[in-house]
Amino acid sequence: MHPVLKTVLQRLALGLMTLFLVSVVIFSAIEMLPGDFTQAVLGQAATEETVTAFRRELGLDQPAIVRYVDWIGGVVTGDFGTSFSGRAASGVDRSREVIALIAPRLENTLFLASMTAIVAVPLALFLGITAALWRNTAYDKGVSASTLATISMPEFFVAYILILVFASLWPVFPSLANVRPDMPFWERVYRCILPATTLMLVIVAHMMRMTRAAIINLLAQPYIEMARLKGLPARTVILKHALPNAWAPIVNVIAFNLAYLVVGVVVVEVVFVYPGIGQLMVDAVTNRDIPVVQACALIFAATYILLNLMADIISIVTNPRLLHPR
Amino acid sequence: MANDDLLLRMRGVEIDGWSDERWHDIIKGVDLSLKHGEVLGLIGESGAGKSTLGLAAMGYARPGTRIKGGEIVFDGQDLRKLSERQKQRLRGSRIAYVAQSAAAAFNPAHTLLDQTTEVAVRRGQLGRKEAEAYARELYAAMDLPNPDRIGDRFPHQVSGGQLQRAMTAMAMASKPDLIIFDEPTTALDVTTQVNVLAAMRKAIEQFGTAAIYITHDLAVVAQMADRIKVLRYGEEVEEADTHTMLTAPKETYTRSLWAVRSLEKPGETSDDKILQIRNVTAAYGKVPVLKNVSIAVPRGKTVALVGESGSGKSTTARVVTGLLPPSRGEVLFDGEPLPPTLAGRSREQLRRIQMIYQMADTAMNPRQTVGEIIGRPVAFYHGASRSEVRARVAELLDLIELDESFSDRFPGELSGGQKQRICIARALAPNPDLIICDEVTSALDQIVQEGILKLLLRLQKELGVSYIFITHDIATVQAIADEVVVMYQGSVVEQGRKEEIFSPPHPDYTELLLSSVPKMEPGWLSQAIAERRQLTP
Repeated sequence: MHPVLKTVLQRLALGLMTLFLVSVVIFSAIEMLPGDFTQAVLGQAATEETVTAFRRELGLDQPAIVRYVDWIGGVVTGDFGTSFSGRAASGVDRSREVIALIAPRLENTLFLASMTAIVAVPLALFLGITAALWRNTAYDKGVSASTLATISMPEFFVAYILILVFASLWPVFPSLANVRPDMPFWERVYRCILPATTLMLVIVAHMMRMTRAAIINLLAQPYIEMARLKGLPARTVILKHALPNAWAPIVNVIAFNLAYLVVGVVVVEVVFVYPGIGQLMVDAVTNRDIPVVQACALIFAATYILLNLMADIISIVTNPRLLHPR
Repeated sequence: MANDDLLLRMRGVEIDGWSDERWHDIIKGVDLSLKHGEVLGLIGESGAGKSTLGLAAMGYARPGTRIKGGEIVFDGQDLRKLSERQKQRLRGSRIAYVAQSAAAAFNPAHTLLDQTTEVAVRRGQLGRKEAEAYARELYAAMDLPNPDRIGDRFPHQVSGGQLQRAMTAMAMASKPDLIIFDEPTTALDVTTQVNVLAAMRKAIEQFGTAAIYITHDLAVVAQMADRIKVLRYGEEVEEADTHTMLTAPKETYTRSLWAVRSLEKPGETSDDKILQIRNVTAAYGKVPVLKNVSIAVPRGKTVALVGESGSGKSTTARVVTGLLPPSRGEVLFDGEPLPPTLAGRSREQLRRIQMIYQMADTAMNPRQTVGEIIGRPVAFYHGASRSEVRARVAELLDLIELDESFSDRFPGELSGGQKQRICIARALAPNPDLIICDEVTSALDQIVQEGILKLLLRLQKELGVSYIFITHDIATVQAIADEVVVMYQGSVVEQGRKEEIFSPPHPDYTELLLSSVPKMEPGWLSQAIAERRQLTP
């Protein structure tokens, strides 16, 4: 077997292992939360008996280990369980499958994330490479300063400024990104422009600065001096001789930021009233809707693990020492 | 002017370097001229400005340096007056560069062939197919194995000696008029160096290329150059044709460039052994490094371990110091077996064996003063009070011929030779019986090396300390050793008194090693190559 394939498979197995450990951590963390769904729904005034009866109905009277095995067994077969919300002590059951709750929200989140990433990643690479190419010029300083400014401002602040300028003073974009499943594609894109721009401003800075630093870091290497002494123009030196050796750190930062686009955007969702998965999770935590919280946490963990795994694989594949062993 | 056959003429070249917030002179008005097809050797110690001057011949100044004055006329055009774009067109096409470390100067992300043909193809001098065919021809001319296929390999898949040859081939790929060789064999083992030198010389003769050959090793440059120019502190010391320079140099400074070669001491031995390594086998993980090695060190004497990189010299030192427990065999110190691991050894056992490293720079904490560096082992091993430590530090500084005032300085304020002296003082501080010196003079200039070697000899005479001296340099062995151990691929080839090892008959590997050491005679290389044909299968 080619050593790269072997390493990739090893990483994949390691990723699954991590995911399993994370599921244990999530479950135990939620166990430790004070209060539970029954108390949240029934309130302080409920009698001991009603609470016990309701708990039994939800299966909360089982020991933790049994509930964990039940849960993880379901997850492996694609069943994330049934949401608690919609149930009430009255016995009326209007609860829904967790999957049915999460799927549309996850789709929205991925839509916003992809829309942001498609612009942000190429833009960050372009800015990073050109800033490294024209190092210490006004361009480089301008790019560095402005990205530093956007990275330093909290994202909700950036969001409100964008709303103020582009939705209020000069109303070209909607301030609410309240998308619906039946909306046509371009209508969705249009409504998502402001949240996507907010997210882009936050992540471009990070990726651009790492691209620039990774390339500049390599410029002191003897093979870069050699390329210059071969009379190659600066553009070729950067693109052909520096960039191929700089992928590993750059890809890692990109993966980190893409993960942020999925798991870390709740503040932006709140500002733009965007129906993403972050909001869903926050609501679920407030309601002690444990099946939904667990599912969201597991999806977030899987996103991180998957993206980092991909970054690792790309780093390996762009390293000739690993790709072409002796 | 009737200088039409001149390829390169540099006149009054001045170059500045930026450091400590101001410009300093690096090259102070040097003249240099080179005819078509001629090879000029540029020699001097570190900091003499050889590389800077060599790069200036390409109109190139490293970041942090600038060419301030003078003319650099290459084939009728003053490079200082050309635009960056015009200079780029000359570089790689008509003037090429061969760097010191080929392993670092080849881009790890591209194949050798891709890098060799890059310039010729980009500039449209040759089509891709033609350029590749020519590259293979050059690989063959450089005696690379399998010249048709080697270009498809990545730099990490090829050995150091082969890379250095491939780099020469890369420099020749666009048929330049001038090649700057910047210490091209310094990073190679001496046995590899001979072949690389021979291949380089053959290629430049075959293609009639002019060259500037930069090195600190006079014996190497004697094999390559028609004329030699000696530089010091950015100024010319003298210039003469190679034969004159070797036989009748005018300046005493030139003679000091082979200072270590003039040192010699008779080898003595003794039956009283301070250290005995018995049948030691050791490995890093699963990679075996030492195979059944036995070495004995006589008390108060010096044993030199010689061999090329990867022969197991430093690993032997790691076994003796306890950093690498052997998988088999034992180490006897003063007749007692030493515990294999560092953790198993008593403080007294640790005290009696000390170590000095090659890079004095990285072996000292830059944030500690010399007094703290030397005082630490005194306090640690002897539990001395502060005033006792201070007195001992002064005594040690006196022993290594430095003034007491040095104890308040930081390593960054010292020269390379002074730093190595501090490391010697630190090793002496706990009164050891055995000091392991791992390539301690390799990073130093000849004249500084001479001082350090003389100091080590004097200390041995006064204190009776024994040395294990690891080196790849035969001249250093001549200067300091009593006994010699020749190592090859983790095994001991031969050991004995220096005079016995150095006089024939030799086992094959010793013969190869000794015959590879460049001699200060212009005809040595051709002779060595002729003899080598019989040695290597």
